[in-house]
Amino acid sequence: MLTIKNYARPETVDEALGLLRAKKSNVALGGMLWLKLQDKNVDTAVDLSGLGLDAIEETPEGWRIGAMVTLRQLETHKGLAAFTGGALAESVKHIVGVQLRNLATIGGSVFGRFGFSDPLTLLLALDAKVELAEAGRMSLEDFAGSGIRKDILTHIFLPGGKVEAAYLSQRNCATDLPVLTCAVARREGKVACAVGARPARAARFDDEEGLLAGGVSEESAAAFAEDVTRRAVFGSNTRGSAEYREAVCRALVRRAALKLEEK
Amino acid sequence: MEINFVLNGRPVSAAVRPDTLLIDLVREKGCLSVKRGCETSNCGLCTVLLDGAPVLSCSVLAARADGHRVDTLEGLQEEARPFAEFIAGQGAEQCGFCNPGFVMNTIALLRENPDPTDDDIRAFLAGNLCRCSGYEGQLRGIRAFLNSRKGGEGRG
Repeated sequence: MLTIKNYARPETVDEALGLLRAKKSNVALGGMLWLKLQDKNVDTAVDLSGLGLDAIEETPEGWRIGAMVTLRQLETHKGLAAFTGGALAESVKHIVGVQLRNLATIGGSVFGRFGFSDPLTLLLALDAKVELAEAGRMSLEDFAGSGIRKDILTHIFLPGGKVEAAYLSQRNCATDLPVLTCAVARREGKVACAVGARPARAARFDDEEGLLAGGVSEESAAAFAEDVTRRAVFGSNTRGSAEYREAVCRALVRRAALKLEEK
Repeated sequence: MEINFVLNGRPVSAAVRPDTLLIDLVREKGCLSVKRGCETSNCGLCTVLLDGAPVLSCSVLAARADGHRVDTLEGLQEEARPFAEFIAGQGAEQCGFCNPGFVMNTIALLRENPDPTDDDIRAFLAGNLCRCSGYEGQLRGIRAFLNSRKGGEGRG
């Protein structure tokens, strides 16, 4: 079980970062926690809810999303629904229930870099960037591959412009963690795909061969799906075997690519 | 640490440990409708409204309630009674253990969307698990309530 000795709710990011780094056993607290699924003694839990990081803003460059924005806020935001063609809502609406999504934050999902993260998968395909209090701004892809731990994620940025996106996931039953997640996005004719819950964390696979450059058809979608599946590495866990994930990947990437044409 | 919040409309002060969960605090304050189920964010039994939004009280610290409003079924019985009777009328409550969580989340649903479709209801209540039923009784009960409110047929 997780035990917490002290609780702090700082009002500035600098204060929060200072508290977080004051002791090795201090942790940042996002929207929710699994107290009884962890075995850890925390000295100070640094609650990020007082930092004003809970806004979704449209800027001239795109979208600026505070790290403490809940998954439910993302799910119900009309502007983001229009921007992503509903893909963002699709990426979170299967996560447990409304009550969890009212607590869980996008910052928690991204910073945790969980293998099972649905939104991490979509954000990778959407060319998202992250901003950290200490490390500054970097691509989500770089952050996902980094070992950064003692920092505070403040914002996630989605570049604007026209983008088409599709998100699909496979679950053994509704509200469970996914067996595989898949996002495909097209921006200025270039297609990127991200596949997560492999069960390793989501990774991005660009259409380097230009298989979809001439448009998405049944044939080109199948060829792209085959290419992504060949490059991705799959593993086994209690939710599915590597072989099953490989087969699911082939199907989801093909279907998600085809969905781009529907949009 | 000392926190102050509004529980079911009444100002409350409480001394809590930094790792006290909200579920433990509201139960200690006599709100026993808030059930202890999975305690791993899965079942919805511990649903309360935090500033009007349904949340899992097993997955949030009591300290987070400081300066905020918490509502449990004890404080929302009048709002719940009309549709809860329809759910009971469908025999949807067998052991009844999941019922307070279902009712709390249905209150949140109907506040946000007073005229939901069956798919809207299924999606909103997906985080409430019931080991007895196949969920159809709860759906029929809410549907019957909504129909009766529109002046159509409904049976409690």
